[in-house]
Amino acid sequence: MVVVLFVLSILLFAWLRSLPGGPVSALLGDRATPAARAELTRTLGLDRPVFLQYFDFLGRAVRGDFGQSTAVQPGSSAMQILVQRFPATLELSVVAIILAILFGIPLGYIAARRRGGIWDNLSIGGSLLGVAVPVFFLAFLLKYLFAVKAGILPSAGRQDAIDATRITGFFILDGILTQEWDAAWNALEHLILPAVALATIPFAVIFRITRAAVLDVQQEDFVRTAESKGLRIPIIRRRHILRNAMLPVVTTIGIQIGQLLAGAVLTERVFAYPGVGDALATAFQRKDYPLLQLLIIAAALVYVVVNLIVDLSYAYIDPRIRNR
Amino acid sequence: MSLLEVEDLTVTFAQKGERPFTAVDKVSFTVEPGQTVGLVGESGCGKSVTSLAIMGLLPKRGNRVSGSVRFAGTELLSLSDRQLRDRRGSDLAMVFQDPLTSLNPVVTIGVQVAEVLERHEGLKRKAALAKAAELLDQVGIPDPHRRVGEYPHQLSGGMRQRALIAIALACQPKLLIADEPTTALDVTIQAQILALLRQLVAGTDTALIMITHDLGVVAGLCDEVNVLYAGRVVERGERHELFAAPRHPYTNGLLASIPRLDAPRGERLHPITGSVGDNIPWSGGCAFAPRCSNEIGVCTETAPELIDTEGRLLRCHNPVALVKGEA
Repeated sequence: MVVVLFVLSILLFAWLRSLPGGPVSALLGDRATPAARAELTRTLGLDRPVFLQYFDFLGRAVRGDFGQSTAVQPGSSAMQILVQRFPATLELSVVAIILAILFGIPLGYIAARRRGGIWDNLSIGGSLLGVAVPVFFLAFLLKYLFAVKAGILPSAGRQDAIDATRITGFFILDGILTQEWDAAWNALEHLILPAVALATIPFAVIFRITRAAVLDVQQEDFVRTAESKGLRIPIIRRRHILRNAMLPVVTTIGIQIGQLLAGAVLTERVFAYPGVGDALATAFQRKDYPLLQLLIIAAALVYVVVNLIVDLSYAYIDPRIRNR
Repeated sequence: MSLLEVEDLTVTFAQKGERPFTAVDKVSFTVEPGQTVGLVGESGCGKSVTSLAIMGLLPKRGNRVSGSVRFAGTELLSLSDRQLRDRRGSDLAMVFQDPLTSLNPVVTIGVQVAEVLERHEGLKRKAALAKAAELLDQVGIPDPHRRVGEYPHQLSGGMRQRALIAIALACQPKLLIADEPTTALDVTIQAQILALLRQLVAGTDTALIMITHDLGVVAGLCDEVNVLYAGRVVERGERHELFAAPRHPYTNGLLASIPRLDAPRGERLHPITGSVGDNIPWSGGCAFAPRCSNEIGVCTETAPELIDTEGRLLRCHNPVALVKGEA
């Protein structure tokens, strides 16, 4: 895991610095004097050889210091921005993946049970649409329909400017903990549209995998054995069909969680949702090297950790792997 | 009253856009309590479909079952799904061919035995697991108390088949159907499993229907043998008589095709040439005629009827002649 992050940091560093433009142009614009440019370049330490810059960065990074943000929030350290924004993205992602699981698994199961029926075909078509429609398009569509036209949900932000107590940084949780119900409700309202937009792709994938897995498992010999025992239908479904069908679904959920951040960048952008994805996009536009380096490494860390958890949980639910 | 009376059982598979296929064609036989009956034939002769039809385990769509299956006086084919579920596992039980795929890989052996007891004997989980360990012990699984907590992949093939037998016999069924229970096992394990089955059903009221293509299995186990070909019974007789004097050319061919160790060196094997055709069988004469060594003109014109001669049922126009000194 450490190796993965180390290699990534080298690639990332080289890649960022090979991009056209740079923080100096982004900060000063096209009409700055050469003297001002040189001055800023020296202040940011960009005049030194790249490998020295890298060792400098690495030396500080292992101590948790990723430098000051140059453009997104000048004056704050990159780490402060991450800590401040991470709960927002986590809240959004958790709600999105819960939505995807809550709808994907039951609907996939029902579609498999009524294979070839109207419901099955409809939901297959729907899930195909879910995968095919780009997140940003869907996000704009939802925003237009529910926020602009119908006006029943807010179009941007995490919470209206109301007086709410902060404890964890998770606004809904904060509202519940402090019993400020209106604050929790307000945060939830802000979360609905982005979460739905973000949940579509994982939902569609989980739905399809569940359906395919259930269809597969239904044909297995051990289901026939269970039938030959005269077991009641709910037990056959739960213990014999679903428990086996869940194995590939768990893997899929893990992969989808890993990919949520990609969707979060677009979703947060459209809904001006102040999360990591939104910061990442802004940092890219303004070439905020320190912030970009931290955010991308943090995203990689999350990805690696999620994959580890998925592998462990897989071993937990599949005894064939557990005992190896 | 016989335990099981199968009469004119017919199973037709009809897929959309395909020609309907009759896998079992008016099969009739009876099983007495405690009796062991063999259903013998090669792949595709309808023996497995017959057993699944008796158990009510055929897929719910895509097939038509007619005729009658009376179990202890009850017509099984007209029972509702719920009523059939009450019977399966308690009165009728089945052991399947492939012990690896027939056990659920993510549920412990103990629970897979215990769930039958919970379902039909009303035991609670703890009591059921204790009984499960007892059952595993009875079928010769060593260290049963440890095994109840293990998963199928931790058991050998023979052990898995023993576990399946324990599941099938858990509620002391009146009828056990064993569908090629030894096919997927090593030869030495085959013998053990057969011995176990014989030991478990001998002296009890449990009747056994043994489905196999292996006449060696039949010879060691069955009281009565039904030979099936292309969905119909072609010959039936008491085991010893049938083996001593097969009358149907197909039965004769099956017996002759068994390799013998005492045959002279260099002697060729005697296979039955060809395989079960996929044309509509029995419509234009005897289905076995194209492969038969005794074929005469009438065989390809009219299908023979099943005729009872001195306790032997035979469906053949030109049976194998009796060997001198017998019959």
